Amino acid sequence: MALLDVHDLVVEFPTRHGTLTALNGISFAVDKGERLGIVGESGAGKSVAAFAVLNLLTRPGRIAGGSIVFEGRDLTTLSRAQMRGVRGNRISMIFQDPMMTLNPVLTIGTQMVETLKAHRDISDAEAKRIAIQRLGEVKIPSPDKRMASYPHELSGGMRQRVVIAIALLTEPSLIVADEPTTALDVTIQAEIMSLMLALCKSHGVGLILITHDLAVVSQVTQRVVVLYAGRVVESGRTDRVVHNPVHPYTRGLLAALPGEGEPGARLNQIRGNMPSLNAIPSGCPFNPRCDHVLDDCRAALPPLDDLDGHLVRCIRARELMTGRAA
Amino acid sequence: MSGEAAAMAIPPHPASDPARPLVEVRGVVKHFDLGGHFLQRERPTVKAINDVSLTVRRGEAFCLVGESGCGKSTLARIVMGLLTPTAGEIHFDGTRIDGLRHKARMPFHRRMQMIFQNPYASLNPRRTVQQTLEEPLRFHSPALSDAEVKAKVEQVMVSVGNDPSWGNRYPHEFSGGQRQRISIARALMVDPDFVVADEPISALDVSIQAQVLNVMMDTREKLDLTYLFITHDLSVVRHFGTRVGVMYLGTVCELADTATLFENPRHPYTRILLSAIPRVSTEEMQPPGLPGEVPSAMNLPSGCVFHDRCPLANARCSAEVPKPLPQADGTLVACHAVEEGRETPGG
Amino acid sequence: MNRLAVFFGSDFLYRFRRDPVAVGAFSVVAFFMLAALFAPLLSSMNPHDPAQLDIMNSEIPPAWQDGGEEAFPLGTDAQGRDMLSAILYGLRISITIGIFAVMVQMALGIVIGLVSGYLGGKVDAFFMRLADIQLAMSTLMLAIVALAVFQAAFGAELFADMAIVMLVLVIGIAEWPQYARTIRASVLAERKKEYVDAARVIGLSAPVIMARHILPNTLSPLLVISTVQVANAIISEAALSFLGLGMPVTMPSLGSLISAGFEYIFSGAWWITTIPAIVLIVLILSINLLGDWLRDVLNPRLYKG
Repeated sequence: MALLDVHDLVVEFPTRHGTLTALNGISFAVDKGERLGIVGESGAGKSVAAFAVLNLLTRPGRIAGGSIVFEGRDLTTLSRAQMRGVRGNRISMIFQDPMMTLNPVLTIGTQMVETLKAHRDISDAEAKRIAIQRLGEVKIPSPDKRMASYPHELSGGMRQRVVIAIALLTEPSLIVADEPTTALDVTIQAEIMSLMLALCKSHGVGLILITHDLAVVSQVTQRVVVLYAGRVVESGRTDRVVHNPVHPYTRGLLAALPGEGEPGARLNQIRGNMPSLNAIPSGCPFNPRCDHVLDDCRAALPPLDDLDGHLVRCIRARELMTGRAA
Repeated sequence: MSGEAAAMAIPPHPASDPARPLVEVRGVVKHFDLGGHFLQRERPTVKAINDVSLTVRRGEAFCLVGESGCGKSTLARIVMGLLTPTAGEIHFDGTRIDGLRHKARMPFHRRMQMIFQNPYASLNPRRTVQQTLEEPLRFHSPALSDAEVKAKVEQVMVSVGNDPSWGNRYPHEFSGGQRQRISIARALMVDPDFVVADEPISALDVSIQAQVLNVMMDTREKLDLTYLFITHDLSVVRHFGTRVGVMYLGTVCELADTATLFENPRHPYTRILLSAIPRVSTEEMQPPGLPGEVPSAMNLPSGCVFHDRCPLANARCSAEVPKPLPQADGTLVACHAVEEGRETPGG
Repeated sequence: MNRLAVFFGSDFLYRFRRDPVAVGAFSVVAFFMLAALFAPLLSSMNPHDPAQLDIMNSEIPPAWQDGGEEAFPLGTDAQGRDMLSAILYGLRISITIGIFAVMVQMALGIVIGLVSGYLGGKVDAFFMRLADIQLAMSTLMLAIVALAVFQAAFGAELFADMAIVMLVLVIGIAEWPQYARTIRASVLAERKKEYVDAARVIGLSAPVIMARHILPNTLSPLLVISTVQVANAIISEAALSFLGLGMPVTMPSLGSLISAGFEYIFSGAWWITTIPAIVLIVLILSINLLGDWLRDVLNPRLYKG
């Protein structure tokens, strides 16, 4: 059985202009110790998915349908108190801004010890020992001294390491990381992503990595879900999706990366813009930007087609996969 | 016809020697005084740029690349005259332009334009697109008639792939990519020779980055522009740049043709930076092997600023500042290890 | 697109309609403003014209009390002035002084705030220390000294003629630091934004950048502080008038009405002082509630999330 099984998740934001559907029937699963990437551009709904799993949606956003089964329990039916026992304990989270996790007026040591003691019945000394051990694991130099530091005394990269150490404190079975390295420089990004990768493996923790960066996803995750306008458009094993993408959107995203093409040549751009949530096109949401569009694409939403474990929401998926489409 | 009329109305630039470099940065230093107390004897100083020299030739897309805090944006602002250098000179087409008074600088304001990083802050939210685009043209060519100005706006909007009917709308009605194309249009309104682009695509989504980069490449070709492109993203450099300067902590450590730099990176920092670019591949991500963190620019390391993180550093590196030395292929590298030929760790 | 249409479709109006406090406060302020504007049409007499006063009508209680008369719905004062007319005219004077005093403050504050914030350095330090010094002395203290000196130097008669101008100037000049500080703070925030750099890259001069690019983007805090400052100016005027340094009794503002009626309060004629006082309190409260609401709505941190 999967560690986390999200099925047909619908998230809505009621506004005065009508209800916006940020996620429209999203399904994905994470096995124990598996690393899953959720990829999309701004407005695709990838962060909403993370917040929904953690039950952290800001009002008026709400889960309007579907289930989120984690370790056998449906998180959508839990009370706030029960959810607190799961979040930060069995599921940890890492945000883009480390200061969403860190309290600026408490030392790192205090925050780590408090986090541990909130979830486990242990002594201060024991909690401190575990905290120092975790800081060492995230390669923070002289961790025992760092326990007395305040977050503002650390660089952005060091703060994100501390956040990872905190995320690992309670030995969770799943970590949800929302754009954890987007604000960081490439060398620090490489340090931190490789660190997270190594720690997830050594601790056997599952990872949901939410990012816009297909390159990072390809080097860190085992499976990937591509979101567009609140729907899954493609999902499958990461190597298959990045090397043999089928959906025109995924193909466009990969082709638009400047590192891939001939230097100086025009980049393959996807025309137009991501639709806003109140104007999602009918039929396939990608149809106005698609180079392979047919009349049928505008008529009805294509189903997620299962091509041997590789799911694609496109009526021309089979043609595109075999390269017969123009 | 309308486009031609507008083009005719703007006098061509005075003839300049095509062999002369368009922009020269000579020994520029920039220190920022951090307020401090007036009784304090030594005020804290951020040494943002320390003796940087480079030339941008006509028609180039010169890229400055480096991580946050390396001084690349500060240098761009100094070139544009938005900041005054503490020491050093900026020359544009043979004229020294740093320290010029407002009036004397006016022709250069027309010939040098800038595109900014944040598409949400670089357009005045209270002004319509039309007002924003007309402003530079009306300021520099007050003799133009309303019809000529309108025609020019339309021509430039079309050339960057914008719908010319956007004029009466406000910036908040547009997406990030559309705003960035409006920013590019504003820069192109006065037919500049030289455009500084400060991280113009880093705030945009991947599919939109490609759109904006394509517009910049098209305009470079069509309008014979010279670009100074500031970025942290080496894969963009590889695609867009003709030459590239790699910066670390306020100094240029390597300056090379783009193709050469990617084929044969010399400086140890350049090598690490190249290895850290995330690529679409199924190889698992590896740590880049860059120990420690960027030191504070208030307290620079002695000698080579990179020595305390460098795998090749020895005693000389911590004592003596390396000079940018030309290599056989014209690349400039500021590194004692490269100079001495000890390019493997411990060698 | 039509600016009016934009306004009516905006979040601003939507949030206004959904907030009963804002709607209530706005209605009260609008009601008083209109009443002040149309005072000559709504009043049964001109309280500033001594020829229309009849001493025989003095101290008639409000119409709903024993001895009240239909002709004087809110009673009369000691000179036989119709209280309703006096309040309407007094409101007119109070609001006029409030608005004009704020315009003086705004003019001074915008210029000083823009220059300080944009140029920074020594200019900024000079004006901000000046503001600190001025804020160390209360508005009332400054105003009392200035008005008392003027009265002593030029006599009470000339003072009575010039009272409105003097109050506007004194209250206006005494409170410019509030504006200057607010404007300076928003200029500092705006100056860092790239559209200001873009304007500098074009080659625009500093005054043009300040007026055309920065000032329009500091209008939201200006609107908030203006509502609150109008209320403050009206209160300052009322206090000065109450102390006998404001509007003369022949041309009473709300403050002078309260002051004039004060001595009759123990002789049973409570309405002469109480009714203008209630009008003043309701007016000030409503303006402040409106100002609070504006601040909540226009505060970009709360607004944009």
